[in-house]
Amino acid sequence: MPVMNDQDLQTVAAKADPLTFYGVSFGSRLLLGTAQYPSPAILQAAVRQSGCEIITVSLRRESGRDRAGQGFWELIKDLGVRVLPNTAGCRTVKEAVTTAQMARELFETAWIKLEVIANDDTLQPEVFGLVEAARELSQQGFWVFPYTTEDLGVAEKLLEAGCQVLMPWGAPIGSGQGLNNIAGLKTMRAYFPDTPLVIDAGIGAPSQAVRAMELGYDAVLLNTAVAKAADPVTMAQAFAAAIHAGRSAFTAGLMEPRDMASPSTPVAGTPFFELR
Amino acid sequence: MLAQRGHRVQLVETAPRLFEHAASYRAGAMIAPYCEAEAAEAVVQQAGLEALRLWQAVLPELAVNGTLVVAAPRDQGELQRFKRLTQGHETLTHKDLQALEPDLAGQFATALFYREEGHLSPGPAMRRLIATFKAHGGEFIERVEADGCNDVLTDGDYILDCRGIFAKKQLPDLRGVRGELVYIRSREVTLRRPVRLLHPRFPLYIVPHGKGTYMVGATMIESEAEGPVTLRSALQLLSAAYAVHPAFAEAEICGFASGVRPAFPDNLPKIIVRGNYIHINGLYRHGFLLAPVLARQVADFIEQGRAVSDPYHWIKYEE
Repeated sequence: MPVMNDQDLQTVAAKADPLTFYGVSFGSRLLLGTAQYPSPAILQAAVRQSGCEIITVSLRRESGRDRAGQGFWELIKDLGVRVLPNTAGCRTVKEAVTTAQMARELFETAWIKLEVIANDDTLQPEVFGLVEAARELSQQGFWVFPYTTEDLGVAEKLLEAGCQVLMPWGAPIGSGQGLNNIAGLKTMRAYFPDTPLVIDAGIGAPSQAVRAMELGYDAVLLNTAVAKAADPVTMAQAFAAAIHAGRSAFTAGLMEPRDMASPSTPVAGTPFFELR
Repeated sequence: MLAQRGHRVQLVETAPRLFEHAASYRAGAMIAPYCEAEAAEAVVQQAGLEALRLWQAVLPELAVNGTLVVAAPRDQGELQRFKRLTQGHETLTHKDLQALEPDLAGQFATALFYREEGHLSPGPAMRRLIATFKAHGGEFIERVEADGCNDVLTDGDYILDCRGIFAKKQLPDLRGVRGELVYIRSREVTLRRPVRLLHPRFPLYIVPHGKGTYMVGATMIESEAEGPVTLRSALQLLSAAYAVHPAFAEAEICGFASGVRPAFPDNLPKIIVRGNYIHINGLYRHGFLLAPVLARQVADFIEQGRAVSDPYHWIKYEE
């Protein structure tokens, strides 16, 4: 029997523990954004080499008109992975809904990562508009992935509006700060045990992705940390490995931290212990 | 390059005014091999350094005053990242910056300085190139509607197709990346060299074009739309100028422009040889940076054939 390498082992493990969004299952729990890469070729290599199966694509409305962004989208489609269009940069419900409709037509998918942004500086979700847009889009038959905060009240409203996935931020988009409110994210996980939860923004290092997965989050979506790395392809692989490690640790059951040392081997009765 | 080497060259141009539609006319025209390496393959730096030498030989207009790279205090992480990913720089103290570019010193405590880099004004540079071409016996065939040069040229040994995004039909891998820019004129701010302002989302640059005029560019949008500049892009461009120096608020807006950069998936140029028909395309945002090297490479190929050396791996034979 051939010996499996690390990637094979990850694939086998992933198949046994799939990630499911709106009835569609995936082996990889890494979602990648497609902006800011040095070139589409490097983006393609990062996606392929990391085993990522879902990529999110920002649709600017001026690119959508007359299919002016077709050249780039063809390269995205060539990857053969699931495309999750997003409404990045939208500030109002109307903008977000229009962008989502355009994305559905262009990418032939009802999936939409919904962003309604409160201000350009922090790119914080505008949660009131987010809920309204989520309701409107759900009614129009979209499967909505809302970019939100860890606020439980907002999360409940989003589920009530028709969302079956929640994507809370770890930290502001592109900040690389990691998980700013671990207590809040833990509470969210505990509060919604059956809803797929994806950490959507702010992840800067694989160690932060491990932490998110150890908390029991279902997946991690990131862009800048990979796209702006000196070597995006290797960084994407590093994140894939980290996410796999974090998920494995979560499913295996992490030990509880202790205040005191607790030797793993009994000391009492060990002969000549001092001499070893 | 070909005309200079004694070849008989005819240049076909469809625009009523020479190169009116060329992306080059709206280029930043920074010969900045080190800075561009931040988000490009290493080969761009190597070829860009060669280009710098080639341009110096033919364009007295080339100013080699270096490039300054700055960031707002809150974006110092971006400056560190840029420094880590590039070579050929020195870190300036506030005193150094004051001596080099006094108008910037009020805004920034430090900067990266890429001493060897240069810049051009596209208009004068293009005029010089046209004049040099004519002086070496080059001929223009103007105002010919052409979709591929085969329609209009039959007697040449080689047809060199340099139509950028207009050659998309023949080059299916080619895509357009839209760029938008604004020209401003300031009586209050004096900059002698290009300044790049780093920002996590909108890295932009300001290039002095002489007599108080500056080009502020350029957006990078995955789109082949040729329409006018959007208000969103205009805000980004103008905010960048304002962030570099508040006195740019009083500058006059001379005009906005947009263009479509031709790019292959790896954002690197290619010389595609299909018999005696040669496509030279995909220069992306590196038109002025790489053009002379591509020209030299094509001239070498024409003179040496397949034996030509191809240090940058740009030549593709599709026969």
